[in-house]
Amino acid sequence: MNHTHKAWRVGDDIDTDQLAPGAYMKFGIAEIAGHCLEGVRPDFAGGVRAGDVLVAGRNFGIGSSREQAAAALVQLGLRAVIAPSFSGLYFRNAFNVGLLLLTCPRAGEIAEGEQVGIDLPNCRVLRADGTALPCEPVPGFLLDMVRAGGLLMQLKRRLADGSLPRYPLRA
Amino acid sequence: MPAQTLAQKLLAAASGRAAVRVGDILTCKVDLAMFHDSSGPRRLKPMLEELGTGLWDRSKVVLVMDHYVPEADDESRRIVRIARDWAREQALPHVYDSVGICHVVVSEHGHVRPGMFCVGGDSHSPTGGAFGAYMFGVGSTEMLGVVASGEIWMRVPDTLMMRWNGRLAPGVTAKDMMLHMIGRFGMNGGRYQAVEFCGEAVCALSMQERMTLSNMSAELGAQAGLVAPDAVTAEYLRQAGVAGVDTAGWHSDPDAAAQWHEFDAAALEPQVAAPHSPANAAPVQSYGRTPVQVAYIGACTGAKLDDLRAAARVLRGRQIAAGVSLMVAPASRRDQAAAEAEGVLPALLQAGATLLPTTCGACSGYGGSIPEGANVIATTARNFKGRMGAASARVYLASPYTVAASALAGRVADPREVLP
Repeated sequence: MNHTHKAWRVGDDIDTDQLAPGAYMKFGIAEIAGHCLEGVRPDFAGGVRAGDVLVAGRNFGIGSSREQAAAALVQLGLRAVIAPSFSGLYFRNAFNVGLLLLTCPRAGEIAEGEQVGIDLPNCRVLRADGTALPCEPVPGFLLDMVRAGGLLMQLKRRLADGSLPRYPLRA
Repeated sequence: MPAQTLAQKLLAAASGRAAVRVGDILTCKVDLAMFHDSSGPRRLKPMLEELGTGLWDRSKVVLVMDHYVPEADDESRRIVRIARDWAREQALPHVYDSVGICHVVVSEHGHVRPGMFCVGGDSHSPTGGAFGAYMFGVGSTEMLGVVASGEIWMRVPDTLMMRWNGRLAPGVTAKDMMLHMIGRFGMNGGRYQAVEFCGEAVCALSMQERMTLSNMSAELGAQAGLVAPDAVTAEYLRQAGVAGVDTAGWHSDPDAAAQWHEFDAAALEPQVAAPHSPANAAPVQSYGRTPVQVAYIGACTGAKLDDLRAAARVLRGRQIAAGVSLMVAPASRRDQAAAEAEGVLPALLQAGATLLPTTCGACSGYGGSIPEGANVIATTARNFKGRMGAASARVYLASPYTVAASALAGRVADPREVLP
Protein backbone atom coordinates (compact mmCIF):
# COMPACT_ATOMS: atom_id res chain seq x y z
CA MET A 1 0.00 0.00 0.00
CA ASN A 2 1.23 3.46 -0.83
CA HIS A 3 -0.62 5.19 1.96
CA THR A 4 -0.85 4.02 5.51
CA HIS A 5 -2.80 5.55 8.33
CA LYS A 6 -1.96 5.77 12.01
CA ALA A 7 -4.56 4.07 14.19
CA TRP A 8 -6.09 5.71 17.25
CA ARG A 9 -7.86 3.13 19.42
CA VAL A 10 -11.02 3.72 21.46
CA GLY A 11 -13.39 1.24 23.10
CA ASP A 12 -16.99 0.07 22.74
CA ASP A 13 -20.10 2.28 22.81
CA ILE A 14 -18.47 5.61 21.93
CA ASP A 15 -21.53 7.88 21.87
CA THR A 16 -22.26 11.08 19.97
CA ASP A 17 -22.10 13.10 23.17
CA GLN A 18 -18.42 12.07 23.55
CA LEU A 19 -17.71 12.98 19.93
CA ALA A 20 -19.60 16.30 20.03
CA PRO A 21 -20.27 17.30 23.65
CA GLY A 22 -23.62 19.07 24.23
CA ALA A 23 -22.04 22.07 25.94
CA TYR A 24 -20.16 22.98 22.73
CA MET A 25 -23.01 22.29 20.30
CA LYS A 26 -23.86 25.98 20.09
CA PHE A 27 -20.48 26.69 18.51
CA GLY A 28 -19.11 25.98 15.05
CA ILE A 29 -17.50 22.72 13.99
CA ALA A 30 -13.91 23.90 14.60
CA GLU A 31 -14.68 24.54 18.28
CA ILE A 32 -16.62 21.26 18.64
CA ALA A 33 -13.79 19.31 16.99
CA GLY A 34 -11.37 20.67 19.57
CA HIS A 35 -13.36 18.85 22.26
CA CYS A 36 -13.97 15.65 20.28
CA LEU A 37 -13.54 12.58 22.54
CA GLU A 38 -11.98 14.69 25.31
CA GLY A 39 -13.75 12.59 27.94
CA VAL A 40 -12.19 9.31 26.78
CA ARG A 41 -9.00 10.36 24.96
CA PRO A 42 -7.90 13.86 25.95
CA ASP A 43 -4.83 13.45 23.68
CA PHE A 44 -6.95 12.83 20.55
CA ALA A 45 -8.20 16.18 19.24
CA GLY A 46 -4.83 17.86 19.70
CA GLY A 47 -2.70 14.94 18.54
CA VAL A 48 -4.54 13.48 15.56
CA ARG A 49 -3.11 14.25 12.09
CA ALA A 50 -4.79 14.40 8.69
CA GLY A 51 -5.01 10.90 7.25
CA ASP A 52 -5.10 9.07 10.59
CA VAL A 53 -7.86 6.56 11.31
CA LEU A 54 -9.96 5.93 14.39
CA VAL A 55 -10.30 2.27 15.34
CA ALA A 56 -13.19 1.69 17.69
CA GLY A 57 -15.12 -1.07 19.42
CA ARG A 58 -18.75 -2.04 18.94
CA ASN A 59 -21.66 0.39 18.51
CA PHE A 60 -19.64 3.43 17.50
CA GLY A 61 -21.75 6.60 17.28
CA ILE A 62 -24.76 5.59 19.36
CA GLY A 63 -27.01 8.36 20.65
CA SER A 64 -27.96 11.66 19.11
CA SER A 65 -28.67 12.62 15.50
CA ARG A 66 -26.15 15.49 15.76
CA GLU A 67 -24.02 15.05 12.65
CA GLN A 68 -21.32 17.19 14.24
CA ALA A 69 -20.31 13.87 15.83
CA ALA A 70 -19.17 12.80 12.35
CA ALA A 71 -18.27 16.25 10.99
CA ALA A 72 -15.83 16.77 13.89
CA LEU A 73 -13.82 13.80 12.63
CA VAL A 74 -13.86 15.21 9.07
CA GLN A 75 -12.72 18.54 10.52
CA LEU A 76 -9.80 16.76 12.21
CA GLY A 77 -8.85 15.16 8.90
CA LEU A 78 -9.65 11.54 9.79
CA ARG A 79 -9.40 9.19 6.79
CA ALA A 80 -11.91 6.70 8.19
CA VAL A 81 -13.44 5.11 11.25
CA ILE A 82 -12.98 1.33 11.48
CA ALA A 83 -15.21 -0.57 13.91
CA PRO A 84 -17.11 -3.87 14.18
CA SER A 85 -20.45 -2.03 14.29
CA PHE A 86 -21.91 1.46 14.05
CA SER A 87 -25.14 3.15 15.06
CA GLY A 88 -27.34 3.22 11.95
CA LEU A 89 -28.11 6.91 12.29
CA TYR A 90 -24.41 7.72 12.70
CA PHE A 91 -23.67 5.59 9.65
CA ARG A 92 -25.98 7.69 7.46
CA ASN A 93 -24.66 10.96 8.91
CA ALA A 94 -21.03 10.02 8.37
CA PHE A 95 -21.42 9.36 4.65
CA ASN A 96 -23.57 12.48 4.31
CA VAL A 97 -20.72 14.63 5.64
CA GLY A 98 -18.09 12.73 3.65
CA LEU A 99 -16.65 10.46 6.36
CA LEU A 100 -15.80 6.88 5.38
CA LEU A 101 -16.88 4.17 7.83
CA LEU A 102 -15.62 0.62 7.52
CA THR A 103 -17.55 -2.10 9.31
CA CYS A 104 -14.77 -4.50 10.21
CA PRO A 105 -15.61 -7.44 12.52
CA ARG A 106 -11.91 -7.95 13.35
CA ALA A 107 -11.10 -4.26 14.01
CA GLY A 108 -10.10 -5.25 17.56
CA GLU A 109 -6.90 -6.86 16.19
CA ILE A 110 -5.50 -3.46 15.15
CA ALA A 111 -3.04 -2.06 17.69
CA GLU A 112 -2.82 1.50 19.00
CA GLY A 113 -0.49 3.51 16.79
CA GLU A 114 -0.30 0.80 14.11
CA GLN A 115 0.03 1.94 10.49
CA VAL A 116 -2.81 0.39 8.47
CA GLY A 117 -3.75 0.53 4.81
CA ILE A 118 -7.24 0.85 3.36
CA ASP A 119 -7.96 -1.28 0.31
CA LEU A 120 -11.31 0.15 -0.71
CA PRO A 121 -11.80 -1.77 -3.99
CA ASN A 122 -11.49 -5.05 -2.09
CA CYS A 123 -13.14 -3.71 1.03
CA ARG A 124 -10.48 -4.60 3.56
CA VAL A 125 -8.05 -3.10 6.03
CA LEU A 126 -4.39 -4.11 5.65
CA ARG A 127 -2.42 -4.51 8.85
CA ALA A 128 1.26 -3.66 9.25
CA ASP A 129 2.14 -7.40 9.31
CA GLY A 130 0.41 -7.96 5.98
CA THR A 131 -2.79 -9.49 7.35
CA ALA A 132 -5.97 -8.38 5.58
CA LEU A 133 -9.07 -7.71 7.71
CA PRO A 134 -12.25 -8.04 5.64
CA CYS A 135 -14.91 -5.31 5.93
CA GLU A 136 -18.58 -5.31 4.97
CA PRO A 137 -19.11 -3.98 1.44
CA VAL A 138 -20.19 -0.33 1.24
CA PRO A 139 -22.96 0.32 -1.33
CA GLY A 140 -21.63 2.11 -4.39
CA PHE A 141 -23.85 5.16 -3.99
CA LEU A 142 -22.44 5.76 -0.50
CA LEU A 143 -18.85 5.46 -1.74
CA ASP A 144 -19.78 7.99 -4.44
CA MET A 145 -21.09 10.28 -1.73
CA VAL A 146 -17.80 10.10 0.22
CA ARG A 147 -15.80 10.64 -2.96
CA ALA A 148 -17.94 13.68 -3.82
CA GLY A 149 -17.20 15.08 -0.35
CA GLY A 150 -20.67 14.38 1.07
CA LEU A 151 -24.33 14.89 0.25
CA LEU A 152 -24.04 18.69 -0.07
CA MET A 153 -21.60 18.29 -2.96
CA GLN A 154 -23.76 15.59 -4.51
CA LEU A 155 -26.83 17.86 -4.33
CA LYS A 156 -24.79 20.63 -5.96
CA ARG A 157 -23.98 18.26 -8.83
CA ARG A 158 -27.62 17.22 -9.23
CA LEU A 159 -28.83 20.82 -9.26
CA ALA A 160 -26.20 21.67 -11.86
CA ASP A 161 -27.04 18.79 -14.19
CA GLY A 162 -30.78 19.38 -13.84
CA SER A 163 -31.61 15.99 -12.28
CA LEU A 164 -32.89 17.89 -9.24
CA PRO A 165 -35.25 20.86 -9.76
CA ARG A 166 -34.54 24.18 -8.08
CA TYR A 167 -37.10 25.63 -5.68
CA PRO A 168 -37.36 29.34 -4.82
CA LEU A 169 -34.89 30.29 -2.10
CA ARG A 170 -37.46 32.56 -0.46
CA ALA A 171 -41.21 32.30 0.05
CA MET B 1 -49.03 -9.99 -2.86
CA PRO B 2 -46.43 -11.26 -0.35
CA ALA B 3 -47.21 -10.81 3.34
CA GLN B 4 -45.85 -7.47 4.57
CA THR B 5 -44.93 -6.03 7.95
CA LEU B 6 -46.26 -2.61 8.92
CA ALA B 7 -42.81 -1.17 8.19
CA GLN B 8 -42.89 -2.69 4.70
CA LYS B 9 -46.39 -1.36 4.03
CA LEU B 10 -45.38 2.14 5.09
CA LEU B 11 -42.25 2.11 2.92
CA ALA B 12 -44.12 0.61 -0.02
CA ALA B 13 -46.62 3.45 0.18
CA ALA B 14 -43.86 6.08 0.48
CA SER B 15 -42.01 4.68 -2.54
CA GLY B 16 -45.10 4.18 -4.68
CA ARG B 17 -44.88 0.39 -4.82
CA ALA B 18 -47.39 -2.35 -4.10
CA ALA B 19 -44.94 -4.27 -1.90
CA VAL B 20 -41.26 -4.17 -0.91
CA ARG B 21 -38.70 -6.77 0.17
CA VAL B 22 -36.31 -6.53 3.11
CA GLY B 23 -33.02 -5.13 1.82
CA ASP B 24 -34.53 -3.23 -1.12
CA ILE B 25 -33.02 0.23 -1.55
CA LEU B 26 -35.82 2.72 -2.21
CA THR B 27 -36.34 6.40 -2.81
CA CYS B 28 -39.20 7.53 -0.58
CA LYS B 29 -41.34 10.64 -0.76
CA VAL B 30 -41.42 12.53 2.54
CA ASP B 31 -44.81 13.55 4.01
CA LEU B 32 -43.39 15.51 6.94
CA ALA B 33 -39.98 17.04 7.72
CA MET B 34 -39.65 18.17 11.34
CA PHE B 35 -36.63 19.94 12.81
CA HIS B 36 -35.71 22.16 15.74
CA ASP B 37 -33.64 25.25 16.47
CA SER B 38 -30.45 23.22 16.95
CA SER B 39 -30.62 20.88 13.95
CA GLY B 40 -32.69 23.09 11.65
CA PRO B 41 -32.40 26.67 10.38
CA ARG B 42 -28.90 27.45 11.66
CA ARG B 43 -27.59 24.50 9.63
CA LEU B 44 -30.08 24.41 6.73
CA LYS B 45 -30.19 28.10 5.82
CA PRO B 46 -26.49 28.50 4.91
CA MET B 47 -26.46 25.19 3.01
CA LEU B 48 -29.62 26.06 1.04
CA GLU B 49 -28.09 29.44 0.18
CA GLU B 50 -24.89 27.73 -0.93
CA LEU B 51 -26.96 25.44 -3.18
CA GLY B 52 -29.17 28.26 -4.41
CA THR B 53 -32.37 26.33 -3.84
CA GLY B 54 -35.29 26.37 -1.41
CA LEU B 55 -37.86 24.22 0.36
CA TRP B 56 -39.65 21.66 -1.81
CA ASP B 57 -42.96 22.05 0.05
CA ARG B 58 -43.25 24.33 3.10
CA SER B 59 -46.64 22.85 4.03
CA LYS B 60 -44.78 19.63 4.91
CA VAL B 61 -42.22 21.35 7.13
CA VAL B 62 -42.60 21.78 10.91
CA LEU B 63 -40.13 23.88 12.92
CA VAL B 64 -40.02 23.66 16.73
CA MET B 65 -37.89 25.87 18.97
CA ASP B 66 -37.12 23.66 21.99
CA HIS B 67 -33.35 23.22 22.45
CA TYR B 68 -31.91 26.72 23.00
CA VAL B 69 -35.00 28.28 24.58
CA PRO B 70 -35.31 30.09 26.83
CA GLU B 71 -32.14 31.74 25.54
CA ALA B 72 -29.50 31.62 28.25
CA ASP B 73 -26.57 33.35 26.54
CA ASP B 74 -25.50 35.20 23.39
CA GLU B 75 -24.86 32.05 21.36
CA SER B 76 -28.32 30.69 22.21
CA ARG B 77 -29.91 34.03 21.32
CA ARG B 78 -28.10 33.99 17.98
CA ILE B 79 -29.25 30.44 17.18
CA VAL B 80 -32.88 31.11 18.11
CA ARG B 81 -32.88 34.41 16.22
CA ILE B 82 -31.72 32.62 13.07
CA ALA B 83 -34.63 30.17 13.49
CA ARG B 84 -37.23 32.93 14.00
CA ASP B 85 -35.94 35.09 11.14
CA TRP B 86 -35.79 32.14 8.78
CA ALA B 87 -39.33 31.00 9.74
CA ARG B 88 -40.58 34.46 8.78
CA GLU B 89 -38.52 34.73 5.62
CA GLN B 90 -39.74 31.30 4.49
CA ALA B 91 -43.33 32.02 5.62
CA LEU B 92 -43.40 28.62 7.31
CA PRO B 93 -46.98 27.67 8.15
CA HIS B 94 -46.08 25.34 11.06
CA VAL B 95 -43.83 26.93 13.67
CA TYR B 96 -43.98 26.14 17.40
CA ASP B 97 -41.78 28.49 19.40
CA SER B 98 -41.06 27.73 23.07
CA VAL B 99 -44.23 25.69 23.60
CA GLY B 100 -42.65 22.31 24.19
CA ILE B 101 -40.38 19.54 22.95
CA CYS B 102 -40.68 18.78 19.25
CA HIS B 103 -41.79 15.13 19.45
CA VAL B 104 -44.59 15.98 21.84
CA VAL B 105 -45.60 19.18 20.05
CA VAL B 106 -45.89 17.63 16.57
CA SER B 107 -47.97 14.84 18.10
CA GLU B 108 -50.38 17.05 20.01
CA HIS B 109 -50.98 19.13 16.88
CA GLY B 110 -51.82 16.07 14.81
CA HIS B 111 -48.94 16.37 12.35
CA VAL B 112 -48.07 12.66 12.49
CA ARG B 113 -50.82 10.30 11.35
CA PRO B 114 -51.16 6.64 10.40
CA GLY B 115 -49.62 5.75 7.05
CA MET B 116 -47.30 8.74 6.82
CA PHE B 117 -43.57 8.70 6.06
CA CYS B 118 -41.76 11.30 8.18
CA VAL B 119 -38.24 12.40 9.04
CA GLY B 120 -37.10 14.43 12.02
CA GLY B 121 -33.90 16.31 12.71
CA ASP B 122 -33.55 14.68 16.10
CA SER B 123 -32.65 11.16 17.21
CA HIS B 124 -35.87 10.70 19.18
CA SER B 125 -37.93 11.11 16.01
CA PRO B 126 -39.00 7.43 16.13
CA THR B 127 -41.60 8.78 18.61
CA GLY B 128 -43.85 9.31 15.58
CA GLY B 129 -43.98 5.54 15.07
CA ALA B 130 -46.47 5.38 17.94
CA PHE B 131 -49.05 6.72 15.45
CA GLY B 132 -48.43 4.01 12.86
CA ALA B 133 -46.25 6.32 10.77
CA TYR B 134 -42.69 5.50 9.66
CA MET B 135 -40.65 8.22 11.34
CA PHE B 136 -36.92 8.34 12.03
CA GLY B 137 -34.14 10.74 12.88
CA VAL B 138 -31.63 12.22 10.44
CA GLY B 139 -28.73 14.66 10.68
CA SER B 140 -28.83 18.18 9.30
CA THR B 141 -27.13 17.42 5.98
CA GLU B 142 -29.55 14.57 5.31
CA MET B 143 -32.39 16.96 6.24
CA LEU B 144 -30.97 19.37 3.68
CA GLY B 145 -31.36 16.64 1.07
CA VAL B 146 -34.96 16.11 2.20
CA VAL B 147 -36.02 19.76 2.10
CA ALA B 148 -34.26 20.33 -1.23
CA SER B 149 -35.79 17.29 -2.93
CA GLY B 150 -38.71 15.96 -0.86
CA GLU B 151 -37.07 12.54 -1.01
CA ILE B 152 -34.73 10.29 0.94
CA TRP B 153 -33.14 6.89 0.36
CA MET B 154 -34.18 3.94 2.47
CA ARG B 155 -33.14 0.34 2.92
CA VAL B 156 -36.21 -1.75 3.76
CA PRO B 157 -35.55 -3.03 7.30
CA ASP B 158 -36.24 -6.31 9.01
CA THR B 159 -38.91 -6.14 11.69
CA LEU B 160 -38.24 -7.09 15.30
CA MET B 161 -41.66 -7.87 16.73
CA MET B 162 -41.84 -7.21 20.48
CA ARG B 163 -44.99 -8.87 21.80
CA TRP B 164 -45.95 -7.97 25.37
CA ASN B 165 -48.50 -10.45 26.67
CA GLY B 166 -50.72 -9.78 29.70
CA ARG B 167 -51.05 -6.45 31.51
CA LEU B 168 -48.55 -4.25 33.33
CA ALA B 169 -48.80 -4.18 37.12
CA PRO B 170 -49.70 -0.87 38.83
CA GLY B 171 -46.67 1.44 39.02
CA VAL B 172 -45.04 -0.16 35.96
CA THR B 173 -44.92 1.80 32.71
CA ALA B 174 -43.83 1.93 29.08
CA LYS B 175 -40.52 3.35 30.32
CA ASP B 176 -39.92 0.17 32.33
CA MET B 177 -40.74 -1.92 29.25
CA MET B 178 -38.17 -0.01 27.20
CA LEU B 179 -35.43 -0.12 29.83
CA HIS B 180 -36.01 -3.87 30.10
CA MET B 181 -35.78 -4.37 26.33
CA ILE B 182 -32.69 -2.15 26.01
CA GLY B 183 -31.08 -4.04 28.89
CA ARG B 184 -31.80 -7.30 27.15
CA PHE B 185 -30.82 -6.40 23.60
CA GLY B 186 -28.30 -3.58 24.14
CA MET B 187 -28.11 -0.09 22.70
CA ASN B 188 -27.54 -1.38 19.18
CA GLY B 189 -29.77 -4.44 19.55
CA GLY B 190 -32.24 -2.92 17.11
CA ARG B 191 -29.50 -3.05 14.42
CA TYR B 192 -31.14 -0.03 12.75
CA GLN B 193 -34.08 -2.21 11.75
CA ALA B 194 -37.75 -1.53 12.49
CA VAL B 195 -39.14 -2.54 15.87
CA GLU B 196 -42.87 -3.10 16.23
CA PHE B 197 -44.49 -3.22 19.66
CA CYS B 198 -47.61 -5.35 19.98
CA GLY B 199 -49.59 -7.55 22.31
CA GLU B 200 -52.23 -6.98 24.97
CA ALA B 201 -50.08 -4.73 27.16
CA VAL B 202 -49.22 -2.43 24.24
CA CYS B 203 -52.83 -2.18 23.06
CA ALA B 204 -53.80 -1.20 26.61
CA LEU B 205 -51.34 1.73 26.69
CA SER B 206 -52.43 5.35 26.30
CA MET B 207 -51.15 7.25 23.28
CA GLN B 208 -48.51 9.06 25.34
CA GLU B 209 -47.25 5.80 26.81
CA ARG B 210 -47.00 4.35 23.30
CA MET B 211 -44.98 7.45 22.39
CA THR B 212 -42.55 6.57 25.19
CA LEU B 213 -42.07 3.11 23.67
CA SER B 214 -41.43 4.51 20.21
CA ASN B 215 -39.27 7.33 21.58
CA MET B 216 -36.78 5.01 23.24
CA SER B 217 -36.53 2.83 20.14
CA ALA B 218 -33.62 5.21 19.55
CA GLU B 219 -31.82 3.78 22.58
CA LEU B 220 -32.57 0.30 21.28
CA GLY B 221 -30.68 1.24 18.12
CA ALA B 222 -33.71 0.76 15.88
CA GLN B 223 -34.44 3.08 12.97
CA ALA B 224 -38.16 3.12 13.70
CA GLY B 225 -40.38 1.98 16.57
CA LEU B 226 -43.89 1.25 15.39
CA VAL B 227 -47.25 0.61 17.03
CA ALA B 228 -50.15 -0.41 14.78
CA PRO B 229 -52.77 2.35 14.98
CA ASP B 230 -56.17 1.60 16.50
CA ALA B 231 -59.12 3.32 18.18
CA VAL B 232 -56.78 4.82 20.82
CA THR B 233 -54.76 6.46 18.04
CA ALA B 234 -57.85 7.73 16.25
CA GLU B 235 -59.30 9.18 19.46
CA TYR B 236 -56.04 10.98 20.36
CA LEU B 237 -55.88 12.46 16.86
CA ARG B 238 -59.56 13.44 16.97
CA GLN B 239 -58.79 15.45 20.11
CA ALA B 240 -55.76 16.91 18.31
CA GLY B 241 -58.14 18.19 15.64
CA VAL B 242 -57.68 15.47 13.03
CA ALA B 243 -61.03 13.92 12.23
CA GLY B 244 -61.75 10.69 10.41
CA VAL B 245 -58.35 9.01 10.69
CA ASP B 246 -58.23 5.78 8.72
CA THR B 247 -56.30 3.13 10.63
CA ALA B 248 -57.46 0.21 8.49
CA GLY B 249 -54.69 -1.69 6.76
CA TRP B 250 -51.83 -0.17 8.76
CA HIS B 251 -50.84 -3.36 10.58
CA SER B 252 -48.45 -6.24 9.92
CA ASP B 253 -49.90 -9.20 8.07
CA PRO B 254 -50.07 -12.17 10.48
CA ASP B 255 -47.76 -14.28 8.34
CA ALA B 256 -45.24 -11.55 7.49
CA ALA B 257 -41.64 -12.53 8.20
CA ALA B 258 -40.35 -10.98 11.42
CA GLN B 259 -38.11 -11.80 14.33
CA TRP B 260 -40.43 -12.39 17.29
CA HIS B 261 -39.67 -11.74 20.95
CA GLU B 262 -42.19 -12.48 23.70
CA PHE B 263 -42.49 -10.68 27.04
CA ASP B 264 -44.66 -11.19 30.12
CA ALA B 265 -45.96 -7.73 31.03
CA ALA B 266 -47.44 -8.83 34.37
CA ALA B 267 -44.04 -10.07 35.56
CA LEU B 268 -42.21 -6.84 34.71
CA GLU B 269 -40.85 -4.93 37.70
CA PRO B 270 -39.92 -1.24 37.71
CA GLN B 271 -36.54 -0.89 35.99
CA VAL B 272 -33.59 1.41 36.63
CA ALA B 273 -30.62 1.85 34.28
CA ALA B 274 -27.35 2.53 36.10
CA PRO B 275 -24.70 5.00 34.86
CA HIS B 276 -23.60 5.42 32.11
CA SER B 277 -25.80 3.47 29.68
CA PRO B 278 -29.51 2.84 29.21
CA ALA B 279 -28.50 -0.78 28.64
CA ASN B 280 -27.46 -1.10 32.31
CA ALA B 281 -31.08 -1.81 33.24
CA ALA B 282 -32.03 -3.95 36.22
CA PRO B 283 -35.06 -4.25 38.54
CA VAL B 284 -35.28 -1.36 41.00
CA GLN B 285 -34.90 -3.75 43.93
CA SER B 286 -31.31 -4.52 42.96
CA TYR B 287 -30.13 -0.97 43.72
CA GLY B 288 -30.05 -1.36 47.51
CA ARG B 289 -29.80 2.03 49.17
CA THR B 290 -28.20 4.01 46.33
CA PRO B 291 -28.57 7.66 47.43
CA VAL B 292 -29.85 10.35 45.04
CA GLN B 293 -29.45 14.13 45.35
CA VAL B 294 -31.27 15.15 42.16
CA ALA B 295 -34.52 13.83 40.69
CA TYR B 296 -35.32 15.10 37.19
CA ILE B 297 -38.72 14.70 35.56
CA GLY B 298 -38.24 16.05 32.07
CA ALA B 299 -37.74 15.34 28.36
CA CYS B 300 -39.85 14.03 25.52
CA THR B 301 -39.35 10.60 27.06
CA GLY B 302 -40.59 11.31 30.55
CA ALA B 303 -42.48 14.56 31.15
CA LYS B 304 -45.68 14.23 29.15
CA LEU B 305 -49.02 14.60 30.90
CA ASP B 306 -49.22 10.88 31.67
CA ASP B 307 -45.70 11.01 33.17
CA LEU B 308 -46.58 14.01 35.34
CA ARG B 309 -49.74 12.22 36.49
CA ALA B 310 -47.68 9.18 37.48
CA ALA B 311 -45.27 11.30 39.51
CA ALA B 312 -48.17 13.10 41.20
CA ARG B 313 -49.78 9.79 42.18
CA VAL B 314 -46.66 9.07 44.23
CA LEU B 315 -46.02 12.59 45.57
CA ARG B 316 -49.50 13.92 46.33
CA GLY B 317 -49.73 14.99 49.98
CA ARG B 318 -46.07 14.10 50.65
CA GLN B 319 -42.73 15.91 50.87
CA ILE B 320 -39.53 15.00 49.06
CA ALA B 321 -36.58 14.02 51.25
CA ALA B 322 -34.32 16.67 52.74
CA GLY B 323 -31.27 17.26 50.56
CA VAL B 324 -33.03 16.16 47.36
CA SER B 325 -33.67 18.57 44.52
CA LEU B 326 -36.68 17.58 42.37
CA MET B 327 -36.91 19.37 39.02
CA VAL B 328 -39.92 19.13 36.72
CA ALA B 329 -39.71 20.34 33.11
CA PRO B 330 -43.05 19.47 31.47
CA ALA B 331 -42.71 18.26 27.88
CA SER B 332 -45.14 20.83 26.50
CA ARG B 333 -47.10 23.92 27.48
CA ARG B 334 -50.30 22.09 26.67
CA ASP B 335 -49.41 19.20 28.99
CA GLN B 336 -48.33 21.67 31.65
CA ALA B 337 -51.65 23.51 31.43
CA ALA B 338 -53.59 20.24 31.66
CA ALA B 339 -51.47 19.15 34.62
CA GLU B 340 -52.18 22.49 36.28
CA ALA B 341 -55.92 22.23 35.62
CA GLU B 342 -56.29 18.75 37.03
CA GLY B 343 -54.21 19.39 40.15
CA VAL B 344 -51.23 17.31 39.06
CA LEU B 345 -48.75 20.18 38.85
CA PRO B 346 -49.83 21.71 42.18
CA ALA B 347 -49.32 18.32 43.84
CA LEU B 348 -45.77 18.16 42.48
CA LEU B 349 -44.94 21.71 43.54
CA GLN B 350 -46.43 21.20 47.02
CA ALA B 351 -44.23 18.13 47.40
CA GLY B 352 -41.21 20.38 46.84
CA ALA B 353 -40.61 20.28 43.09
CA THR B 354 -39.07 23.17 41.19
CA LEU B 355 -40.74 23.98 37.86
CA LEU B 356 -38.43 24.42 34.84
CA PRO B 357 -39.29 25.62 31.30
CA THR B 358 -41.01 23.25 28.87
CA THR B 359 -37.87 22.57 26.82
CA CYS B 360 -35.22 19.90 26.29
CA GLY B 361 -33.30 21.58 29.11
CA ALA B 362 -30.91 19.49 31.13
CA CYS B 363 -31.64 16.22 29.30
CA SER B 364 -29.37 17.11 26.40
CA GLY B 365 -26.88 19.10 28.43
CA TYR B 366 -27.90 22.25 26.53
CA GLY B 367 -29.13 23.93 29.69
CA GLY B 368 -30.16 23.28 33.26
CA SER B 369 -28.32 22.76 36.45
CA ILE B 370 -27.10 19.26 37.21
CA PRO B 371 -24.39 19.66 39.87
CA GLU B 372 -20.99 17.94 39.59
CA GLY B 373 -20.67 14.80 41.63
CA ALA B 374 -24.42 14.31 42.09
CA ASN B 375 -26.36 11.08 41.80
CA VAL B 376 -29.25 11.93 39.52
CA ILE B 377 -32.35 9.85 38.82
CA ALA B 378 -34.12 10.98 35.68
CA THR B 379 -37.08 10.17 33.46
CA THR B 380 -34.92 10.98 30.42
CA ALA B 381 -33.72 8.56 27.74
CA ARG B 382 -29.93 8.72 28.00
CA ASN B 383 -27.44 8.63 30.85
CA PHE B 384 -24.19 8.85 28.91
CA LYS B 385 -21.30 10.16 30.98
CA GLY B 386 -21.38 13.95 30.88
CA ARG B 387 -24.47 14.20 28.66
CA MET B 388 -26.48 16.26 31.14
CA GLY B 389 -23.59 18.71 31.46
CA ALA B 390 -21.75 17.58 34.59
CA ALA B 391 -18.91 15.17 33.80
CA SER B 392 -18.88 13.64 37.28
CA ALA B 393 -22.66 13.27 37.68
CA ARG B 394 -23.98 9.72 37.80
CA VAL B 395 -27.35 9.48 36.09
CA TYR B 396 -29.86 6.68 36.70
CA LEU B 397 -32.80 6.30 34.32
CA ALA B 398 -36.24 5.27 35.50
CA SER B 399 -39.98 5.80 35.10
CA PRO B 400 -41.71 8.87 36.55
CA TYR B 401 -43.16 6.65 39.31
CA THR B 402 -39.70 5.46 40.30
CA VAL B 403 -38.12 8.92 40.03
CA ALA B 404 -40.87 10.36 42.26
CA ALA B 405 -40.53 7.54 44.80
CA SER B 406 -36.77 8.07 44.83
CA ALA B 407 -37.21 11.80 45.44
CA LEU B 408 -39.37 10.91 48.45
CA ALA B 409 -36.88 8.44 49.85
CA GLY B 410 -33.62 10.19 48.97
CA ARG B 411 -32.44 6.94 47.42
CA VAL B 412 -33.37 4.75 44.47
CA ALA B 413 -36.76 3.46 45.58
CA ASP B 414 -39.50 1.09 44.41
CA PRO B 415 -42.69 3.07 43.71
CA ARG B 416 -44.87 0.06 44.49
CA GLU B 417 -43.96 0.49 48.17
CA VAL B 418 -45.35 4.01 48.33
CA LEU B 419 -48.17 4.07 45.79
CA PRO B 420 -51.51 4.60 47.48
